[in-house]
Amino acid sequence: MSEIHMMIDGRQVKAEEGMTILEAARGAGISIPTLCHHEKLAPFGGCRLCIVEMEAQGRTSLVASCVYQAEDDLIITTRSEKIDRLRKVILELLLAHAPDSPQLQELAAEYGADRDKFEQEASFCVHCGLCVRYCAEVKQLHAVGFIDRGIRKEISFLPEIAAEECNDCKECFPLCPTSYLQAAFVLVESMAFPRGKAPRA
Amino acid sequence: MTRINSSVELEKIRQRILSERNPDAPCITVCAGTGCLASGSRDVVAAFKHELDTQGLEVEVGFRGTGCHGFCEKGPIVVIDPEEICYLQVTADDVPEIIEKTIKGNEVIERLLYVDQNTGEKAVRESEIPFYKHQQRMVFGANRRIDPKSFDDYLAIGGYRALIKALFEMTPDEVISEVKDAKLRGRGGGGFPAGAKWEIARNAPGDTKYVIVNCDEGDPGAYMDRSLMEGNPYGVLEGLTIGAFAIGANEGYVYIRQEYPLALENLTLAIDDAEKRGLLGTDILGSGFDFRVKVHRGAGAFVCGEETALIISLEGEVGEPKPRPPYPAVKGLWGKPTNINNVETWANIPLIINEGGAAFAAIGTEGSKGTKIFSLVGKIANTGLVEVPMGISLRDVIYKIGGGIPDGKKFKAVQTGGPSGGCIPEERLDLEVDFDELTKAGSMMGSGGMIVMDEETCMVDVARYFIDFLTDESCGKCVPCREGLRQMHRILTKITEGKGKESDIEILEELAETAREASLCALGKTAPNPFLSTYRYFKSEYEAHIKEKRCPALSCRKLVSYFIDPEKCKACLICLKECPAGAINGAKKTIHIIDQEICDACGICFEVCPSRFEAVTRISGEPVPPPIPEDQRTVIRKSKRT
Repeated sequence: MSEIHMMIDGRQVKAEEGMTILEAARGAGISIPTLCHHEKLAPFGGCRLCIVEMEAQGRTSLVASCVYQAEDDLIITTRSEKIDRLRKVILELLLAHAPDSPQLQELAAEYGADRDKFEQEASFCVHCGLCVRYCAEVKQLHAVGFIDRGIRKEISFLPEIAAEECNDCKECFPLCPTSYLQAAFVLVESMAFPRGKAPRA
Repeated sequence: MTRINSSVELEKIRQRILSERNPDAPCITVCAGTGCLASGSRDVVAAFKHELDTQGLEVEVGFRGTGCHGFCEKGPIVVIDPEEICYLQVTADDVPEIIEKTIKGNEVIERLLYVDQNTGEKAVRESEIPFYKHQQRMVFGANRRIDPKSFDDYLAIGGYRALIKALFEMTPDEVISEVKDAKLRGRGGGGFPAGAKWEIARNAPGDTKYVIVNCDEGDPGAYMDRSLMEGNPYGVLEGLTIGAFAIGANEGYVYIRQEYPLALENLTLAIDDAEKRGLLGTDILGSGFDFRVKVHRGAGAFVCGEETALIISLEGEVGEPKPRPPYPAVKGLWGKPTNINNVETWANIPLIINEGGAAFAAIGTEGSKGTKIFSLVGKIANTGLVEVPMGISLRDVIYKIGGGIPDGKKFKAVQTGGPSGGCIPEERLDLEVDFDELTKAGSMMGSGGMIVMDEETCMVDVARYFIDFLTDESCGKCVPCREGLRQMHRILTKITEGKGKESDIEILEELAETAREASLCALGKTAPNPFLSTYRYFKSEYEAHIKEKRCPALSCRKLVSYFIDPEKCKACLICLKECPAGAINGAKKTIHIIDQEICDACGICFEVCPSRFEAVTRISGEPVPPPIPEDQRTVIRKSKRT
């Protein structure tokens, strides 16, 4: 496997072919914030927090580092006034949904995001898709999925599968950056599990 | 129907068809595109068939139901060749007269002709009508000359010549270099050079490759791809087959909107027919080249017009865009190199192969070559589809072709590029329409939507409307688009309701930047355009809404009050009876008063008040005058005063 040489925040960084910019950076101890990234899962590119500035062939552009593949001679900047501003807005948008998420609060402190910037609509889910993708890609169970589209999109357990599989697994619970996933599970467990599988009252 | 095994055989068939047709014999053409069908052309077609049949004229007189001619405003359209006599807004009742006078008597029926609203002059021939005169219908023009269900018609206008040329006289690389010379840019919105895209797909490693037609046209008011597919499916298929040959694909897909039943019907017929004749399938025309086409119907998600979302949807998954790179040209459908172009791009290909890339590139501007089809809609006299050379001014499109703004109203803006395009004001109307100039003006070419707005359109409300559309159509995968648009929509709605704050603009700008810079796909990246362009050109309207709680266009319902001028009211009872809210008090001979507490500003009183009175006025940004005291409400008629 050939070695890739690139520059991240002024440092020479080596990467292997097939690695993303994010993996190369983290490998070199450079931190880039993420919400929807998980090392066991295929790159998703949903939260956009990992956005970085990339200079290649004299052109500068913004790319999501979790999906963009490392290439020779890339010059990457992981923090700038603009990047910080974009991350701040993304965090503020998410804080409207999950104002008390510890992970979001930590990032908010770092980027100066105001949790009350937007009218709160505490739906708690930030649509990172970690639960959905973990269940599909790692467990291959598809017990939880996305339903609907756009601003109406939400996660939903499939009672028939969840009743059989979830109680012994629950590996997705700690992945959730809010705690909405547990709530969604408890709700579907009590409302829609087939007879005999629901928790005792 | 027998299989055609060589180009020589095909040419023989063409010669036979042409020899059987008398170009001097009368031929009646009725537009049966979606627009004309909606205005009743099915009945006109039936009436012509019946009349020709009962009079025994079906051999002598040619008849053809065609796809869209473009002048939808005046449909159903009938054109009689060879004189090219054009009749507009024809009904079934006109048909016997047309046969009697025009076909048999060689006489023009004056009342069915186009009349210029300004000069009163009539135009007999189609090409004399200003709407058509200033167009250059290289791609769309074929629609009028063929029955989309007739292979013979397509051959008669030179169909499949380009495919023969590509298969037997050119190498795939030569085809690509011709498309590159033509400098054809994708007509679906991105404007990426088609030749370069083809080359990447051709050079990408792998034996299995795909070509796709994107017919998932979803911009509100846009129907050029629909009309091309409905009116000339063989033309699109010929372009696609040439592309497949150039790229090295043996399989192609047409991704077509569920909402386009006629396009689907005509396309499916054309595919079946082409397969039976050996123009699709194995060993096309004996060339050794195999190519099959399948049709996939989209389920109606706007975002599936985005190429990566379209491909995923074609694979059977939820239509959500994927990050690029990898680009579909390298890793597309089922991971194979895939070239995807929209309908209009493919329809341009036979033309480029026939005429040569250089001839094509002679038309247009430095950066944009050839013609572009636009759907000209909104507050415009001549609604329809127009094909114009790149570089024409917006003013010419709107005034010369479109006939300007109806009802004596003033032009305000033209929105180009679909919902995520931008609004261009009067002072920029002389810009040359091409990919780069529209982008510079803060809008975009998109797939060719052009919505004209007059002085009664509120630009803040326009931004709100388009952002609402995009919020609804966002796939929801990435935060800047899903959440950013949700908040932008919320703030814009507040502003149109008079609840806006000065700090809102700054937040909107921040959200716009985030969506533009950080979104995953082009939908999110361009979604802030409706706000950005209206704010750039119509800042004063935003300020009036926010600072003065006033809607200058008198359009935003929450900011407009209705008032009956007691001096003008004649107590005619019309508005009183029509008011759905029951907000109008009054009686016969008693001046009418609007109860502002009950009124919900629907505007019906304003519309129904007779124009000779014009007693109802709209007020925004200032208090409504108090109602006239009850003892002064009696109307004293002039005649009774003397």
